Amino acid sequence: MKKLTEEENGGRAVRLQVRDLGKVFGEGDQSVTALRDVNLEIRESEFVMIVGPSGCGKTTLINIIGGLEKQTSGEVLLDGKPISGAGADRGMVFQGYSLFPWLTVQKNVEFGLKMKGIPAPHRESAAKKYIRLVGLDGFENALPKQLSGGMKQRVAIARTLANEPEILLMDEPFGALDAQTRVVMQELLANIRRKTNTTILFITHDIDEAVLLGDRVYVMSRRPGSVRAVLDVELPGERSHNSLVLPEFLRIKKQIMDMLWQESNDAAMDR
Amino acid sequence: MGSGKSKKMVKSMQYKMLSLICFVLIIVFWCIASYGHLVQEVFLPSPTAVISKLLSMAKDGSLWANCRESIARVMIGWIWSVIVALPMGMLMANSKRFSAFVQPIIEFARYLPVVALVPLTLLYLGIEETQKYTIIFLGTFFQLVLMVADTVSNVDANMINAAKTLGAKRFQIYKEVIFPAALPGLIDDFRLTIGWAWTYLVVAEMVAASNGLGFMILRSQRYLATDTIFAGLIMIGLIGLVTDWIFRIISRIAAPWQERLGDSR
Repeated sequence: MKKLTEEENGGRAVRLQVRDLGKVFGEGDQSVTALRDVNLEIRESEFVMIVGPSGCGKTTLINIIGGLEKQTSGEVLLDGKPISGAGADRGMVFQGYSLFPWLTVQKNVEFGLKMKGIPAPHRESAAKKYIRLVGLDGFENALPKQLSGGMKQRVAIARTLANEPEILLMDEPFGALDAQTRVVMQELLANIRRKTNTTILFITHDIDEAVLLGDRVYVMSRRPGSVRAVLDVELPGERSHNSLVLPEFLRIKKQIMDMLWQESNDAAMDR
Repeated sequence: MGSGKSKKMVKSMQYKMLSLICFVLIIVFWCIASYGHLVQEVFLPSPTAVISKLLSMAKDGSLWANCRESIARVMIGWIWSVIVALPMGMLMANSKRFSAFVQPIIEFARYLPVVALVPLTLLYLGIEETQKYTIIFLGTFFQLVLMVADTVSNVDANMINAAKTLGAKRFQIYKEVIFPAALPGLIDDFRLTIGWAWTYLVVAEMVAASNGLGFMILRSQRYLATDTIFAGLIMIGLIGLVTDWIFRIISRIAAPWQERLGDSR
C-alpha cells in the first residue's frame, strides 16, 4: 500500500495502522477464514467507521485491534509501534453493558485511573469532568442497575474517555438501544468528539450511523472480511439528526447500501 | 417510588406469613397426631415432651455444650474447606492447565462416599477433633472447589475485557473484577456447602465422639429417647435456619448492587 505523505493526510499523523491483517479460526478442514488482508489507517482526531454485513468479522477485527484476540497474520501499529495485548492506550466500548455493577457511576469512571495508580483526589476530579461531559451529573452515586440502557452506555463512554486513550474503539455500542435513544447517543458522541478531539474507530452494521458519524467509512465485504471500499463523508454543518435527510447524506447512504446489498446477495449465492 | 416501596413491603409481609403458616401447619399436624394418640409416644413424642426435654437440657447445660461442640466442628471443618477451595477454584476457572491437572482427581474424589472414608480417617487421625474436621472437610471441599470454579468462570467476559482495555493487569483483574463479580455466587456456594457440612458432622459424631448434637441423637436411639432425638433434630434445624439467615444478611451487605429474581422479598 502506498504510504500517505504528511501533506496528503492533512498534516495529521497516522494514529493507528492495520496492515495485511488476517484471522483464521480453527485448523485444517475445520478452519474458517474470518478476515483476509485487511488494511486500515486512522489519523489523529479522525472518526472512522467500519460498516459491514453481519458475520463479516467486524467484531473480530476490533477485538484484535483492542488486543483481546490475536491475529493469524499481519500487524496492528499504534503510533508506529506494534501492539501487544490489551492496554489502556486503546480504550474500548462494547455493545453489551460492561459496567461493574458493584461500583457507582463515579467509581466505574474512576476504574482505569485507579488501575494506573492515580491518587484518589485526582481520580475524582477527572471522573467528574467526564461524567459531566456525557451529561450524567447528578448520577455520580447511582449504581448501574438504576440506569437505563442509554445511560449505561454513557457511563461506559465516560469510563473509557477518563483514561485518555490514544484511540477509542467502539463495537456497536448503540446496537442494543431503541431507535430514539440511539439518535440521542449518536449526537452526544458527535458532540464529545468535537469537544475532545478523540480519535475514534467505530464499528456498526447500521448505515445511517456510519454516514452520520464518520469522517470516513470503510465498507467491509462478506466473509472472509476485507475492505471493499473507503468513502469520505463530507456533510455541511454539524452532524445531528438533521443530517439524516441531507442530499449528500442520502447519496453516500445509497452507495453503501448498494455495496452491502450486493455483498448479501453474493453471500446468498455462495451457499 | 413510594408506592413501589410499600408494595414491596406488602409482598415481603406476604412471604413471611406464608413461611410461618407452613411451620404452624406442621406443628398442628404434630399436635393432632400426638395428642390424638394416632401415633405411639415412643415413635412420636408429644410437643410438650420435646419442649420440656429441651428446657431440662438447657438447664443442665448439656444442650448448649453439645451445640457448641457441633458448631465449632462444622465451622472449623468448613472454613478449612473454604480456605483451600476458594483460591483453587479461582485458579481452575482461569487456567486451563491447572484445571486439567486437578479436575480429574477432584471429580474422582467427589464421588467417594465420605462415610466410606471414615475408617481410614480413624486409622490415620484417631478419634481426636482433627478427625472430625477432616470428615467435614472431605465432605464439602471437593464439591465446593468445583462450585467455585463454575461460579468464577461464569463471570461476564464483557466485564473482564472492559477491565483489560482499561489497563487492568492480571492480578488487578482477579482482585478488582473477578472476585467482586463472583462474590454473590460464592456466598451462595458457601451457604449450600455449610448445609452439607452439618450432614457430615453427624457422620463424624456418630462414629467416634463423646459429645455434640449428632452424638446426642445417636445415643438417644439406644434408650428409645425419641424426645431427645426430636430435640436434637430441632436444634440442628434451628441452627440451619439461623445460618441461612446470617448468609442472607452477609450477601446483602457484601453485594447490595445485585439484581435478584424475587428481589421483592
